Amino acid sequence: MDIFGSFALLLALAVTAYAAVAGTAGILTRKPLLTRSARNAGMAIFPLVTLAVIALEYLFFTNNFSMAYVAEHSNRDLPYFYKFAALWSGQEGSLLFWSWLLSIYSFLALWVNRRKHPELMPYVGVTLACVQSFFLILNNWVASPFNVIAAAAAPGGVMHLVARADGTGLNPLLQYWEMVIHPPLLYLGYTGFSVPFAFGMAALLGRYPGEKWIHITRRWTMIAWGFLGCGVLLGAHWAYSVLGWGGYWGWDPVENAALLPWITGTAFLHSVMMQEKRGMMRVWNIWLIFVTFLLSILGTMLTRSGVVSSVHAFAQSSIGSWFVGFLIISTVFCALAYWRNRDYLRSDNRLDAMVSRESSFLFNNLVLLAACFAVLWGTLFPVLSEWATGEKISVGAPFFNRVNVPIALFLLFLTGVGPLLAWRRTSLDSLRRNFTWPVVGGVIAAVVAFVFGFRDFYSAMCLFLGVFVTLTIASEFYRGARVISDKSHGNIFSAAVQLTRRNTRRYGGYIVHFGMVLIFIGVAGQPFNKDAQKDMPPGSQMAIGPYTLVCQNFDSVEKGNYQADRATIEVLRNGRSEMILYPERRFYPASQVTGTIVAIRSTPLRDLYVVFAGRSPETGQPVIHAYLNPLVKFIWFGGIIVALGTLLGLMPNSQAAPAERAVTAGALLPREAQGA
Amino acid sequence: MSTRVKFAIGVAIILGTIGWLGWVGASQSKTYYHTISELQTLNGAKRHQRMRVSGNVRTGSIQHRDGRVDFVLEEQGQQLNVSYVGRDPLPDTFKDGAQALVEGRDTDDGRFVAEQVQAKCASKYAAAQPKQSSLSSPEETPSQTSGQASPQSMQASAGAPRS
Repeated sequence: MDIFGSFALLLALAVTAYAAVAGTAGILTRKPLLTRSARNAGMAIFPLVTLAVIALEYLFFTNNFSMAYVAEHSNRDLPYFYKFAALWSGQEGSLLFWSWLLSIYSFLALWVNRRKHPELMPYVGVTLACVQSFFLILNNWVASPFNVIAAAAAPGGVMHLVARADGTGLNPLLQYWEMVIHPPLLYLGYTGFSVPFAFGMAALLGRYPGEKWIHITRRWTMIAWGFLGCGVLLGAHWAYSVLGWGGYWGWDPVENAALLPWITGTAFLHSVMMQEKRGMMRVWNIWLIFVTFLLSILGTMLTRSGVVSSVHAFAQSSIGSWFVGFLIISTVFCALAYWRNRDYLRSDNRLDAMVSRESSFLFNNLVLLAACFAVLWGTLFPVLSEWATGEKISVGAPFFNRVNVPIALFLLFLTGVGPLLAWRRTSLDSLRRNFTWPVVGGVIAAVVAFVFGFRDFYSAMCLFLGVFVTLTIASEFYRGARVISDKSHGNIFSAAVQLTRRNTRRYGGYIVHFGMVLIFIGVAGQPFNKDAQKDMPPGSQMAIGPYTLVCQNFDSVEKGNYQADRATIEVLRNGRSEMILYPERRFYPASQVTGTIVAIRSTPLRDLYVVFAGRSPETGQPVIHAYLNPLVKFIWFGGIIVALGTLLGLMPNSQAAPAERAVTAGALLPREAQGA
Repeated sequence: MSTRVKFAIGVAIILGTIGWLGWVGASQSKTYYHTISELQTLNGAKRHQRMRVSGNVRTGSIQHRDGRVDFVLEEQGQQLNVSYVGRDPLPDTFKDGAQALVEGRDTDDGRFVAEQVQAKCASKYAAAQPKQSSLSSPEETPSQTSGQASPQSMQASAGAPRS
């Protein structure tokens, strides 16, 4: 099976190379037959890489421990669920997985558009094939998942194949349901940006007229953006519930790596509207999608190469230099493509006024890019400082927080203001009309919260802005829905649903904004976190916030592939028993590693988070570390809303009945008819 | 004033503020990586910076005292006395001979006061054979200490300002 898999990968690379070369030749010679054959080759990559993936999964499921990758990431006791997920738990498998997802995207992009955009698609096919070939080269020669284990009987002797009796098992930190879906989502995000990148590149190289490439790729970009966002958030949730340090975001290089393309992707999703509506920012948009793609590659590299040390700690490997090479080639190619075709990207319009939709987009992009730059700078600081001064220096969370918290609040402000500003210029009168009530509501909320002890400048600010944005969104829904319900004499809620379905992009966008507000509110709870730690023999007590923890018992259980030390902790509130929590500490014999299972009692207002931190070296007693984290649940809930809003934005618009449509279009404000 | 100029001023204010915040944040949280031998050549202000030092735990040197854990780190014949004063229990992988990374400050009496300690299990790493045909080396499996010892930047509980 390993030979079969290797062969499939080799064949896939050959086919990819053909797709790139024949595609280029097809563009140059304008022979339709050549172009079509290149396209078919581009689609054939997908089944070939799929065969390699199936081969690797087969080796996992048959416990073939003569394979290095299988022996290192699985063992006999590992549940099937995780054996499946072991595919993407290490270097080689992850890269194969990356290739596979890219081949799926390429296949879909080429298939969906097989009869459309004949002047664009050949370039798209070639661009995707070039990216794919880089990853297939890695899969074939640099990090092959199909290596067998060989060892010499004596030092310097002849090498023999060795089959181990059992593997070292999957890293226990990864044995958690979210770890099964977090990497695929993240990778779907990373790889997904290749498609809009390819279309952007194609439009530029082929000097494709107008903004069509943006219309074509809008959904592709949203899909990639949505997956990446979900991946990032699930990663945060995993860190929160598995690592046992009481937080969800630590500005770790790998977290940052995933955040970077998400930030530029967000900027891109907003700034394309400037191009669609006003023909502005063409250069900016093309560069944004280039940069987003390059950051996706950089993100993969940071995760995979160990250039910057991180929680995900993959060993130092030569793979970094391959990625650096690919990044340099891609950047140079992007720059050349831009330079040769820059006259095609002239803007149609200029900025008219400071207070306008355009300027809100410009500021949105400016601060998003500033945030992206700051995060990138902080992440690469150890590398940069060593290179520049010879001293390796790292910057920690205070740096990232100081820069990004104000940026985030400013963005939140724009989220509320931007969608209500008119294109070109906005009158003072309309400002007053739109914003009086949201501002009043926000101030009331902030004051009430302050009185009840929510006393932190940034948090209060965040709450004020959060309420402000929510009210502007609500007023948008209300105003649109009232127009419909007045005409159809229906109730306002069904009118709001209809309204959303007629312009899914605009109203889906609002829902995404609302989800982001919830996430921000959740993060704003952070300054109020509390924690306490104590040696807790049975019978002892520890107080935290309104709760008292009473240790009742300790026991050891043995299950499947691990042994666990478990504490039974009763939680009292006002002297009454409220619940029992079971924080665990697991030991995995196969890999000789321990892991924590955090016990979390989550309510919308606060999480009680209890960790079995270990045994005290002096007394041998168990140490319990408890955290009280306010509002964390808002983050996960907000994430779900964002995902739903994104899905909604992907739906096609439903059409209103013709007569009604004319009425609605006339009745709505002019900017509304244009969509958001 | 033309719109362009106004816009340029707005951009300058925003970028200036962000830049200033970044500079302040960076100078607050800078951590230097040093080897033990480098540490002994540092002087003046440099000696009191926040830093990370790595080395192997000398066998038999771990002593639990009241409120702290003392041990000796060794690297290339050089040694460093360390006192761990953090609140979190030390990772399970922290044993005699383990590879450890400590973060904290050096004091004038030559003792390094660590607020965070990470450790890698020595036996696991000693087993890494010279790579022949991209054979198995146990590089990836548990490289980051235990589940408890969270990674450096994440270890908020042991004194790193969480802000």
